[in-house]
Amino acid sequence: MTEILAKLEHVSRVYQKGREKVDVLHELDLEIEKGDFLALMGPSGSGKTTLLNLLGGLDRPTGGTVTVGGQELSAMSNSQLSGWRSTHVGFIFQFYNLLPVLTAQKNVELPLLLTNMSGKERSRRAGIALEIVGLADRANHKPRELSGGQEQRVAIARAIVSDPELLLCDEPTGDLDRQTADEILKLLQTLNREHGKTIIMVTHDAQAAEYAQRTLHMDKGKLEARAAA
Amino acid sequence: MKVINQIAAVTALNVRNLPQRLGGSLVAIVGVAAVVLVFAAVLSMAAGFERTMVSAGSEDTAIVMRAGATAELNSGLGNDDVQIVRNAPGVLRDGDEPVVSPELYVVVDIVKKSTGDDANVPLRGVGSGAFDVRSGVEIVAGRMFEEGRNELIVGRAAQQEFAGLDVGGEIRFGQTTWNVVGVFAANGSVSESELWTDVRVLQTMYRRGNSVQSVRVRLESPGALETLGTALAEDPRIEVDVRSERDYYASQAAPLSQFIRIVGYPLTVLMAIGAVFGALNSMYASVSVRGKEIATLRALGFGPLPVLVSTIVESTLLALVGGLAGGALAYVAFNGFRVSTLNGASFSQVVFDFAVTPELLSQGLVAALIIGLVGGFFPALRAARLPVAQALREL
Amino acid sequence: MKYLGLVWRNAWRKKARTSLTMLSVMVAFLLFALLNAIAFAFRSGQDVADAERLVVIHKISLINPLPISYEARIAATPGVAEVTHASWFGGYYQEPRNQFAQFPVDARAYFEMYPELDIEPGQLESWADNRIGAVVGPEQFGWTIGDRIPILSTIWPQTDGERTWEFELAGIFSTSDQRGSTAYMLFNYDYFEEARAFGKGTVGWYILRVAPGANPVEVAQAIDEQFANSPNETETSTEAAFAASFAKQFGNIALIVQLILGAVFFTLLLVAGNTMSQSVRERIPELAVLKTVGFSDGSVLGIVLSESILIIALGGLLGLGLGWLAVQGAASSMGAMLPGIYLSGPAILTAIAIIIGAGILAGIFPALKAMRLSIVDALARG
Repeated sequence: MTEILAKLEHVSRVYQKGREKVDVLHELDLEIEKGDFLALMGPSGSGKTTLLNLLGGLDRPTGGTVTVGGQELSAMSNSQLSGWRSTHVGFIFQFYNLLPVLTAQKNVELPLLLTNMSGKERSRRAGIALEIVGLADRANHKPRELSGGQEQRVAIARAIVSDPELLLCDEPTGDLDRQTADEILKLLQTLNREHGKTIIMVTHDAQAAEYAQRTLHMDKGKLEARAAA
Repeated sequence: MKVINQIAAVTALNVRNLPQRLGGSLVAIVGVAAVVLVFAAVLSMAAGFERTMVSAGSEDTAIVMRAGATAELNSGLGNDDVQIVRNAPGVLRDGDEPVVSPELYVVVDIVKKSTGDDANVPLRGVGSGAFDVRSGVEIVAGRMFEEGRNELIVGRAAQQEFAGLDVGGEIRFGQTTWNVVGVFAANGSVSESELWTDVRVLQTMYRRGNSVQSVRVRLESPGALETLGTALAEDPRIEVDVRSERDYYASQAAPLSQFIRIVGYPLTVLMAIGAVFGALNSMYASVSVRGKEIATLRALGFGPLPVLVSTIVESTLLALVGGLAGGALAYVAFNGFRVSTLNGASFSQVVFDFAVTPELLSQGLVAALIIGLVGGFFPALRAARLPVAQALREL
Repeated sequence: MKYLGLVWRNAWRKKARTSLTMLSVMVAFLLFALLNAIAFAFRSGQDVADAERLVVIHKISLINPLPISYEARIAATPGVAEVTHASWFGGYYQEPRNQFAQFPVDARAYFEMYPELDIEPGQLESWADNRIGAVVGPEQFGWTIGDRIPILSTIWPQTDGERTWEFELAGIFSTSDQRGSTAYMLFNYDYFEEARAFGKGTVGWYILRVAPGANPVEVAQAIDEQFANSPNETETSTEAAFAASFAKQFGNIALIVQLILGAVFFTLLLVAGNTMSQSVRERIPELAVLKTVGFSDGSVLGIVLSESILIIALGGLLGLGLGWLAVQGAASSMGAMLPGIYLSGPAILTAIAIIIGAGILAGIFPALKAMRLSIVDALARG
């Protein structure tokens, strides 16, 4: 059972900052198996978020190739990438990034607007997603009527509504208190174990990393393999 | 005085960071400028038209027409009537000769240069006293027409506006050909829109016998209008109306200039309402951008009043800049702009210049000021009531 | 259209700003409707002119009358199907500010010439048979049939010197073409001819209908040639050309209106464009989320553009609606002062084109900005 879902080969990412070149990632190799729950740790500026963006097709490497689910992202056009994202990957952010003008239900439905689904079907699926995250009773609330933990649950529902294999989380508990954070992490764990989602989570929090199957540390654009917990 | 100091301090701070909010501020300025521009441009038509009409009329000249006639075109007087008017009291005499001009007013079609289409141009037959009953009329090119001949002198404005009126040229109306022999000026008044010839020639050409449409009379003094009016009213042989020339031209100007005002003022009010919305918008944006700054000031102990006043000052300032820009643009683009239009009252063309008068400009600025005050008031209220703690947290 | 909900909610993100922008747009389109309706009035009926009708006036000017004897000679000209005449009465009701148009005409022939005018046959007959009978358009000074109406003519005294003419209202006509004015009175030429103190034996102008198949231009030439070198030369033109030449005498009203509207819409674009760019600036992180979720660049562009068009369309349609109501109101309450005020179909179509155009123009730069947004940078800012 070692099917590879995502693979980075000799990936480099150089940013031009004024006159200076910043080497964020350097000749990085990484394989992620299907069903993995990987925590990425490391100091600020170590390239964690860049790595996540590359895996999600939000950014392109300056060198090397990124392959997810058998498709080489680095070879796809922007519009192909948009389409790919809508069905293959879900994002979860530190600050939730919900649209304040839409209700929880409508926020979750957002990615389904990109499909040919009927309105009724969209609403049914969003309902299921909200139920999975335990927020079915808050469907008609706007984001500012929800607590931080609840907002993050809505964001998770939005990430899973189109049933992608891969969930990318950037500091998903960075803005939450301990207890709420634990609830969110348990939810992610459930998604990983019971729904078979592959999860890659960037975090600063060693306790959060414990929920993952394994942890990788990054520093100065390189991975330092350490024994997983 | 503490409040005044605070107001000054906050306002100065406010004005200093205006450039950071340039986009919204420019929109407000342009909005107000457009209102003042359109206002001044439209009403300068009315002002210019009135000036042209009214400057033709003098208080010591009377115009005598058939009773009930509202314009020369629908008046008619016989030769007997003319003789009675000549000999009436109150008429100024040069030696024994009364200073009067019996006149016949007809309309001819001439091509308007700007459109290339026929327009109704007034052709006036005048008596020998024409230059004496009017002040300020003078030949500026060529010469005076000779009595008894098919000769025309043309008003300066008419010559510019209509085709084929050059001195030395010929022009044909119906079956008669006329020689243009001179150009006259009349202080920019409505007379300059006319063509003049000898009244007797015109009577013959138009088979009007001895009849005329009006008699212009130089009065001994402005007060003599009443003397003349009473004398003619009491004369059983004649049924005429006597009015001062100024009064007559003012009534001729009224329908068109009133129409322009009836359209122009509501137009301005509507546009001003639109501009108020624009100003409100940009001031609300300004208040929300300055939210943190205002909260900080309040935390430091500044009162709500300085915040309120500074916001109103800002919007008034923006509106004034817009108003001045709009007024200046209107003046540069439209003042002196020459057009001609059909004056319904005389059924003939009047050539006039747009007049962007100081009154119009100051009215425009007052409008700008009002827009600024209204557009600043509600956002200012919001700024003054801003919950300090909340705004600070959003820092 | 499934994005409509999203677009709608985004538009109302800042209620005050969107309402104020919409209200400015509304005012602009209200002005558009009113100014166009007034400009239409100044077109003097060019739009309702009948291509088969010609107007014959005195060559020197419309003011000069033509002899009544011309009627038979025009009727005998080849290509003329029917001919009738009208004159300018120049009167007012009670006081000078109640000035409106009155024409002495030949009752039956006039209504035959203008089939777009509707009148009950009974009313037409009773008018034609009543020497002092007259007919008017609807809602003129609140007159009803049977009223005695005194009209003071500024031009025509009666033989006894009396300037006030008395008429009896015998009927009310209407027009099947809503664009045409009906703010005038028609009365019997025989009464006019018999009672006026001077000018007997003349009419103001002739109207004729060209026979089917005849070339209007050739008919006009034939008529003018017939009277060439007579004391009363004529100038014959189509009704439309006649109306146009009259309209042009006022000066270029259409140009003035366009200049005003140009200033209005320029400002409007700035207001709406500013609103859209503020709105996009505020929600850059949200737009980035849309793209992260998988919305393509094109969809993001479309969403922002739709929002801009939506705001302008709501304000614009509201303004047009108000304008239409105002024009209807003005047409019935001030018809005498401003006859022919009308909001035409082409004007409405132009307005709709402007709505779409302005919506795109105001939204395009913010929308392009949203489209080109780099997700990585935008999320970093959030």
